Amino acid sequence: MQDNLLIDALTQLLADQCTPAVVRAVEAGGTSATLWQAIEASGFCDALLPEAQGGAGLGLKDAFALFSACGEHLLPVPLAQTQLARALLAQGGLSAPAGAVALAGVSAAVGTGDELLLGYGAVADWLLLGDGQSLRLFDLHDAQREPLGDNSLDARVRLPAIAALTLPSVVDLRAQQALLLAAQMAGSMSQVFARSLQYANDRVQFGRSIGKFQAIQHQLAQMAEHVQAATMAARLGCATAHAVADPLACAVAKAATSAAVVPVCGFAHAVHGAIGITQEYDLQLHTRRLQAWRTAAGSESHWNERVGRALLAGPHTSLPEFVRTQLHAND
Amino acid sequence: MIDPLHLAAIPPEDEALRMEVRQFLQGALGQRPAHQRARSWAGFDADFSRALAARGWVGITLPRALGGGGRSAFARFVLSEELLIAGAPVAAHWIADRQSGPLICKYGTPQQQAFYIPRICRGEAFFCIGMSEPDSGSDLASVRTRATRTPQGWRLNGQKIWTTHAPRSQYMIALVRSSGTADDRNKGLSQFIVDLSLPGITIRPIHDLAGDAHFSEVFFDNVALPDDALIGSEGSGWEQVTAELAFERSGPERIYSSIVLLEPWMAWLRAQPDPSPALLAQAGAIATQLAVLRQMSIAVTARLAQGHSPVVEAALIKDFATGFEQSLPAQLADTVYAHPDAPPEPELQRTLSYLGQVSPAYSLRGGTREVLRGMIARGLGLR
Repeated sequence: MQDNLLIDALTQLLADQCTPAVVRAVEAGGTSATLWQAIEASGFCDALLPEAQGGAGLGLKDAFALFSACGEHLLPVPLAQTQLARALLAQGGLSAPAGAVALAGVSAAVGTGDELLLGYGAVADWLLLGDGQSLRLFDLHDAQREPLGDNSLDARVRLPAIAALTLPSVVDLRAQQALLLAAQMAGSMSQVFARSLQYANDRVQFGRSIGKFQAIQHQLAQMAEHVQAATMAARLGCATAHAVADPLACAVAKAATSAAVVPVCGFAHAVHGAIGITQEYDLQLHTRRLQAWRTAAGSESHWNERVGRALLAGPHTSLPEFVRTQLHAND
Repeated sequence: MIDPLHLAAIPPEDEALRMEVRQFLQGALGQRPAHQRARSWAGFDADFSRALAARGWVGITLPRALGGGGRSAFARFVLSEELLIAGAPVAAHWIADRQSGPLICKYGTPQQQAFYIPRICRGEAFFCIGMSEPDSGSDLASVRTRATRTPQGWRLNGQKIWTTHAPRSQYMIALVRSSGTADDRNKGLSQFIVDLSLPGITIRPIHDLAGDAHFSEVFFDNVALPDDALIGSEGSGWEQVTAELAFERSGPERIYSSIVLLEPWMAWLRAQPDPSPALLAQAGAIATQLAVLRQMSIAVTARLAQGHSPVVEAALIKDFATGFEQSLPAQLADTVYAHPDAPPEPELQRTLSYLGQVSPAYSLRGGTREVLRGMIARGLGLR
């Protein structure tokens, strides 16, 4: 399938299956089984698998549009993460079991009985844990987990005793997870912007659309700048033909998209006024999720610090030269 | 809506220019201190510009047949990026190279092109921009300087202000009223190439808050312009100036105005015995923001290279990037003066002090924040 056909198909699937009502139900603790079955049946979980192994053979460069669409629709299950998990397991000659896979990258040794704060922990069937030396797949079906509540998809998960699959791998899974979140954040922020623009055109006060007021126009202009920059950062992170990106590229993507969340959501709520903070209006689905994604797998300070360490670890005396040679779009 | 910017890469043949430029700059700049190089594209040095021209690096995108380099917008991006990062004094030829030359190529007659373009490319004709007037700043369409038809050509009366490097430029491209009245707004405006050596022109330098005299007032008192001083069509000045501003705003100089500061600051950072996580995060944040802005600028360069005039995109990036440029002296001053018992070395002090003083200009020159946000809003369909 061609890339634009793929993205059209996923967009259609999400529009049908991942409605705001479904997002609300899953966030409230309802089952995501129907939604997940529809996604798994569509074959999208294998998008990053090589064609020889029955996948679509996409690199991150082409998959960006798919991740972004998941963000636009606030998909409450870890499709992008499952896509990457399947690709990583396939690289080790293993095939992934059916079900939604959450990702966690850890820097310290984590073992049986340890508790993890896991993104998508409330809805995932499996956990792929990377510690820089190995990837371990854990079955979460019967794992002890405590959802964070407050309509969060995250949960505290106690690690099961035995991994279902183990594979030696040096992949920096936290960085990859951060990149997948960054791409979804870019999609969600584009939606937040489109909605704010539409609302400014529709809402009438003082006898005219509020979008006619310069104060509102300038807020939307600044929002457009932040969303363009965040989208560029996520694209930059995904600028590879492979399924795994350079950790520094992931760091740039997550730092820049996380940093955009506060201003973008701030402008969106300012433009929307009181209606934007009601439960029944859909804007809150985006701004709440964006807040969670901002900090998941590390906030902007975490990723900026990683970039700063890389800058000082090398022989660079020029920051612009570091940026040009290490943080550029390569393939 | 505004289309998202796409990832673009600099083609290898243009990237190949970088090392050549860098090598030239090492010799040409010598040991100029950082606080001087921090003048960046406001630093005027005619000899430097001519040396650059001798290498074929002034008018690098202009047609080969007219003495230009015939290279792509990407080649100009690489060249500009290296000049700016080094803090080369490029002001003498910068405006001619960036916008006057391309404007003459786009709207000029073959005779005008044959006269001006080779001179620009040899570094013999420096240009300044005649847009602002005492009563026309952000409201550019209200210009009152007027060109009146005479049997021999035109007669020019009026005044321009904030004209960068007018005393040392040979020519100005001025936006003036050629018909109608101020009430006609952007109708009835035309652009003229004004030879600044003509009788009736008076130029007075204006000193800025740091003591430099880069801008000036220019008075026109019955200046007789020849027929062919008109560039483009009479009455099309507004449309031409809009296209010119896309060139003015889309280049990497809107990212790199404070960049020289990072040299002494990196030396300071490397001298810190045990940089805190906060310092590392600050360094990383600067790198991250620069990486994204640079990629956005390359994306706009790709649109220029495809022959588009990315007016709204250029406004969007300029507004966003000048915020970054202004944040550098502000945040780094806070960082390096956080411990009064260990003040930074003098060159870092001087560079910080200079950039802290002039950085408010970044979001004024080339269009204020408010004007740019208005343009973005128009691009979004709100106006």
